[in-house]
Amino acid sequence: MNAVALPVVTAEALSRREFLRRLQAMGGLLLVADGLHIAKAADTPKYGAEGMEHGTIDNPLVFVTVGDDGWVTIIAHRSEMGQGVRTGIPLIVADEMEADWSKVRVLQAPADEVRYGNQDTDGSRSTRHFIDPMRRCGAAARTMLEQAAALSWRVPVAEVHAVNHEVLHDKTGRKLSYGTLAKRAAKLPVPQAGTLRLKKAEQFRYVGKGGVPLVDGHDIVTGQAQYGIDPWFKDMSFAVIARSPVLGGTVKQFDAKAAVAAPGVLKVLQMPASVAKATFHPLAGVAVIANSTGAAIAARKLLKIDWDDGDNGSYDSDAYRASLQESAHKPGKVVRESGNVDTAMKAAAKTIEAEYYIPHIAHATMEPPCAVARIVAGKCEVWAPTQAPQATREDVAKYLGISEDNVTVHVTLLGGGFGRKSKPDFATEAALLSQALEGRPVKVTWTREDDLHHDYLHTVSVEYLKAGVNANGKVSSWLHRSVAPSLVTLFNPKADHESGGELGMGFINMPYDIPNLRMENPAAAAHCRIGWFRSVSNIPHAFAVQSFVSELAASANKDHRDYLLDLIGPARKIDPASLKDEWNHGESPQRYPVDTGRLRRVVETVTQEAGWGRKFARGQALGLAAHYSFVSYAAAVVEVDIDELGRINIPRVDVAFDCGPQVNPERIRSQLEGAVIMGLSLAMFGEITFKNGRAQQDNFHQYRVMRMNEAPSDIRVHLIPFSDWTMPLGGVGEPGIPPIAPALCNAVFAATGKRIRRLPIKDQARRST
Amino acid sequence: MDLQINERTVSVAADPDLALLWVLRDLLGMTGTKFGCGMALCGACTVLVDGQALRSCVLPVSQAVGKKITTIEGIGASPVGAALQGAWQDINVPQCGYCQAGQIMSAAALLQVKPQPNDADIDAAMSGNICRCGTYTRIRSAIKQAANSGVRK
Repeated sequence: MNAVALPVVTAEALSRREFLRRLQAMGGLLLVADGLHIAKAADTPKYGAEGMEHGTIDNPLVFVTVGDDGWVTIIAHRSEMGQGVRTGIPLIVADEMEADWSKVRVLQAPADEVRYGNQDTDGSRSTRHFIDPMRRCGAAARTMLEQAAALSWRVPVAEVHAVNHEVLHDKTGRKLSYGTLAKRAAKLPVPQAGTLRLKKAEQFRYVGKGGVPLVDGHDIVTGQAQYGIDPWFKDMSFAVIARSPVLGGTVKQFDAKAAVAAPGVLKVLQMPASVAKATFHPLAGVAVIANSTGAAIAARKLLKIDWDDGDNGSYDSDAYRASLQESAHKPGKVVRESGNVDTAMKAAAKTIEAEYYIPHIAHATMEPPCAVARIVAGKCEVWAPTQAPQATREDVAKYLGISEDNVTVHVTLLGGGFGRKSKPDFATEAALLSQALEGRPVKVTWTREDDLHHDYLHTVSVEYLKAGVNANGKVSSWLHRSVAPSLVTLFNPKADHESGGELGMGFINMPYDIPNLRMENPAAAAHCRIGWFRSVSNIPHAFAVQSFVSELAASANKDHRDYLLDLIGPARKIDPASLKDEWNHGESPQRYPVDTGRLRRVVETVTQEAGWGRKFARGQALGLAAHYSFVSYAAAVVEVDIDELGRINIPRVDVAFDCGPQVNPERIRSQLEGAVIMGLSLAMFGEITFKNGRAQQDNFHQYRVMRMNEAPSDIRVHLIPFSDWTMPLGGVGEPGIPPIAPALCNAVFAATGKRIRRLPIKDQARRST
Repeated sequence: MDLQINERTVSVAADPDLALLWVLRDLLGMTGTKFGCGMALCGACTVLVDGQALRSCVLPVSQAVGKKITTIEGIGASPVGAALQGAWQDINVPQCGYCQAGQIMSAAALLQVKPQPNDADIDAAMSGNICRCGTYTRIRSAIKQAANSGVRK
């Protein structure tokens, strides 16, 4: 019998620092459900990058190397998952240092936040948090090269300036290349930040221009790009794991005889038990290690495992939905209130109410979770497609019982992230298995079934809205109850209310000009792992609010666009604190107020560009939605063409987007094009359901993802011009998602009169023949 | 067994039932071909076998013996493959890029039989390839650009 148990790892309580770190990303600093009070940094508020663990580093000696061959190497310390960060951030450094982009190489940083600053690639914040430090970094490098040239020529530094990979002496026309200056420049002191001369916007060579090829483009199209699933060693083993089908379940006993005897199988090992706090802990299970992933998958089918399902074995998404609905119709914890909603509702000419349901959604990154680990002489190396390099390093060290200094995490390309790969349970699995195999390199691959069954799913929610309107259809009172299990449950299983970050995702910070408002958040418990999914709680909040506005407009017989603009009200800058949003995406409320003028503008732009008001044949229509998230403003118009049978065709989508200054407009466009497809995909098909605690969808035939023949062939992105580079940057990766599903459903309503209140749409628009 | 991969003969000791995908990736270290679903549902693992786009995740390696296997690492040797790789870069098609090897292989098989595909042809050839990042409009443009670049197969 070759089946042995791995040493049981006791997951010690998360350290306070780790707890803080993990809550930080979601505004948990403000609302910690177990009552642990954390001074909300009121004494010295830190915003943006400085509010993140390890902040930022702007030292050019850390990020930039100039070779004497002239090649400039720039470190990318954020994870590339398709958003273009490995191109965009080095581009800022290269531009500011006057490097020639064709002579720049990009090197990925390993996990080391002390050296590089924060590396958590999530929250749509890489560019907005790092543009300033990276500009300083590039400017400092340029200054050092200029000083080196001035020293070489024995002229004042004021007489020289860097241009396109060379330093010129203005008076004599002499030139020295960056390669020639490299050694001398590297020995000079790094100039103080305050002394740096940053470029003026009109001097930018690459920033804001677009037209820059992707750093990884060639490697991707030739099959050479290295994702987390790709490291390969001759003596490598390949593992898959049968994990507890129910969250918190454990292995009672298992029989591995047949699996061990299967072709290519090397070993069968039991994984450590689950713990109450899901965190990023590997799930309980049994690992099969073989000489190929295919052999391991085949042998895994031969395992006989007797599971103890634990507390979540009765989780049933239909029953759970009913319980959320019940909660949504009762008063809940009040999270924002102004005026008197109850009095105003009684006085209203009419009240309108609606309830919306948004199910669990799986990330389904095309590269499933996977990682490679090996241990040599007590030092562990991990290759992982991780959005959270530092957490990966901390967890691997903790589970192996070694110091972080002995763990190197190589951050590979990510074959999709969308928030899934912020939770590095898969990397810890690889490290534990390598340890059990005396340090041999082992690759853990999650099959698609594993990915869908054990994801950190997007929450599931019921959103109840009620409005009182006057005789003209104008809203005088607004009640919104949002009830959904919180992702805080990963760290505190008893948490039963949305965290500050979740509330601040388009729920309490709804900026409409309504005198009487109340937002409530009834309690909800989690029965599976809830995690961040691209744009997070903005998905249900935007779906509900933007659908409801369309319902109100229809009820008042008003044009949806006009009605929405009226509801937004005049252009004004709102202090998020006045909306009870203390989180504000971690950004300064002074620098990042909610700007209804910008919200109006994306609505006006997208409707104008999409030809709002166009006359259509029967079954065709436009639908509109707008949403503010990740300190950016997005609006979408979806065009539908619905046939006699009610089949939905989506020929065109327009998006207007205002994220302030645009570093790499080409990648902003690609992110928004992708957000359209992902948003339509989740609206049409996205749903994970549970029976007996088990996710019911196995693979892409049951968890449908939009395909090319279903996707709009015409996506038009309209970027709002920005006034100048002093404007604060907004996020890009996520804010394109929230308006898409409601815009689609509003279009379906406009075309057919059928109101979709439950996602996914699937065949709800179908007519029987 | 001997396999003809990208115009080379490669010897490998493999269980004949093992899917070609794992022979390529795990036994030979040719990791350009990707795993996505294991059920021929997503197309990430697409390779050409005698010019036909097949899902290597469900193809027993024994069925590829004696046939010409082309992977993403070798497709650039053909004019069509090179044109597609060029167009993909011109248009900056990839986001995460993970599915793009399979997309390019499906597109190469399409252009071999239909050098000037229309939208319906592209839909029919490409709908077996999922892109979770949503690069479909750019994939369509890149296929058209490659088709119009005048390459002969």
